Amino acid sequence: MWNALDRKLLKEIADLHALPTGAFNIRKDGEGVERRSRPGIEITSGKGQPGVNVVVKPGVKGTVHIPVIITRSGLADVVYNHIEIGAGAEITLVAGCGIHNPGGELSRHDGIHEIIVRSGARLYYKEKHYGEGKGSGQRVLNPKTSMLIERDAYAELELLQVRGVDDTLRITEAQVEEGGLVNMFERLLTDGTQNATSEVEIKLIGDDSRARIISRSVARDSSRQVFKFRLIAHGRGRGHVECDSIIMDRAAVRSIPEVWAENSRAELVHEAAIGKIAGEQLVKLMSLGLTQEEAEETIIGGFLSRTGGDSNG
Amino acid sequence: MLSLESVTYAPGGHRNGKIEILKDINLKLEFGKMYALTGPNGGGKSTLARVIMGIYPPTSGRILLEGEDITGLAANERARLGFGYAFQAPPTFKGLKVIDLLEIASRRNPQEGCQPLRQIGLCPEEYLQRELDGRLSGGEAKRVEIATIMAQDPRIRIFDEPEAGIDLWSFDRLVKLIADSHRPEKITMIISHQEKIMRLVNEIILIAGGEICLQGERDQVWPQIKETMLCDCLEKCPLKGEEDVECPR
Ligand SMILES: Nc1ncnc2c1ncn2[C@@H]1O[C@H](COP(=O)(O)OP(=O)(O)OP(=O)(O)O)[C@@H](O)[C@H]1O
Ligand SMILES: [Mg+2]
Repeated sequence: MWNALDRKLLKEIADLHALPTGAFNIRKDGEGVERRSRPGIEITSGKGQPGVNVVVKPGVKGTVHIPVIITRSGLADVVYNHIEIGAGAEITLVAGCGIHNPGGELSRHDGIHEIIVRSGARLYYKEKHYGEGKGSGQRVLNPKTSMLIERDAYAELELLQVRGVDDTLRITEAQVEEGGLVNMFERLLTDGTQNATSEVEIKLIGDDSRARIISRSVARDSSRQVFKFRLIAHGRGRGHVECDSIIMDRAAVRSIPEVWAENSRAELVHEAAIGKIAGEQLVKLMSLGLTQEEAEETIIGGFLSRTGGDSNG
Repeated sequence: MLSLESVTYAPGGHRNGKIEILKDINLKLEFGKMYALTGPNGGGKSTLARVIMGIYPPTSGRILLEGEDITGLAANERARLGFGYAFQAPPTFKGLKVIDLLEIASRRNPQEGCQPLRQIGLCPEEYLQRELDGRLSGGEAKRVEIATIMAQDPRIRIFDEPEAGIDLWSFDRLVKLIADSHRPEKITMIISHQEKIMRLVNEIILIAGGEICLQGERDQVWPQIKETMLCDCLEKCPLKGEEDVECPR
């Protein structure tokens, strides 16, 4: 049922070499193609909307894959996924979208996720975006993820886009209740004439709620990036945003931070930096024998690697 | 032999109005010898090291390796010819690990990275996976830098104040490591202010104000430096006599 192209896309975005052993729903060219539930993890079709409902029972551990692939030109696919992680459950959720656009028309996927992480649950959410195709048609991805992180729950978001997406508007929202923690790690590379905008809004609702956001990006050629980070504390929460961009060639990067406290005991920090690759780094690697191009690739590869700013729950 | 002929360096190109950090440097370095490069802060030691490594292009003059003109070669090309430079202040890298740097230095042979780490007193199990970001302490970063050069194993090696930030207990070990790894087919140059390092080398080069003030056999030069040169170098200061700071000697 899956051809070589499908398999390549699935491997790129979800690191899948075969069908996953856990629960999954794979969507291709605007339709759900294959699905499997697992004990305690139920996946059903959305009511009146394209997309799925994923319900994880309390205390269940497991993995859920819900990748989306698009292999046609001129397709606009919009999905609404509702995901509920039951109290005390521990789930790795692998989403992501890969577009192969062979033709001249725009192909686009808007993935709208609503995620509830019930109290004490742990969610590891991974979302990778990838585009390819020789045609001139644009590849557009507009994900929106809204999360509610209940009391003492933990959510870790790993968002990655490194190749082939012409235009993206990514919206990530989270509300964090008392004792909850959200760790977000975003990595973005744009080149050519690509555009990427990432908007993040985290509301620390409860006391002792925490958020840590690390955003690393590289803008090459004539690409453009915009980051809007808004961190709001209603409760006695703590939040830290670290937004770091490497800018090259004729690229442009805008970073618009907002920290907003409604509570005198909240602590919010925003750090943002945009700069070219440090000359000393290049010179160090070149004096170890790398060409300038190899040195740049090494620095960028490290900067965007998962090790960068290791997070812990 | 590595020789520098009338090398000058003025940052940002030519000399119209620009300050020369290096002025008419003439130097011959022989394989098999160890050299100490010393002199006051801001004298031009690191700049000279960078010119030799190919990081800074000389504004004028020539650099010859065994008679061949290498003045125009970039740092990576000189690395391929066997040049290596341990930085005075190694840069940090977000996301790169110690093992990555050692692999690059040893040309993708990570096995060769473990030994230098151990020799420099860093346990590979603990440090290979550490990130080269600001979380390494100053001394740790400096040790990793030296281990990297050991892994690279260049035949023309320049260590820029290797002892800086290294604790007293490890200093002897560091000195021994550098001395033991010297070979007849290598040139080793150590930028330093430490007497212990001076005792290690064959020759000492004193640089101040961008000029070589003195060069020669250690036993002849070191007493002179200790006794007189410090004051001679201070003599060159344009403010001499205008401040009532006493000579420290
Ligand atoms: N790019 C530059 N532009 C202008 N001045 C520079 C530049 N690089 C170095 N200098 C100056 O050149 C002089 C020599 O610097 P250098 O780093 O070579 O000194 P050093 O002998 O290594 O000193 P230290 O013992 O403090 O390490 C200093 O006065 C320094 O401020
Ligand atoms: Mg120096």
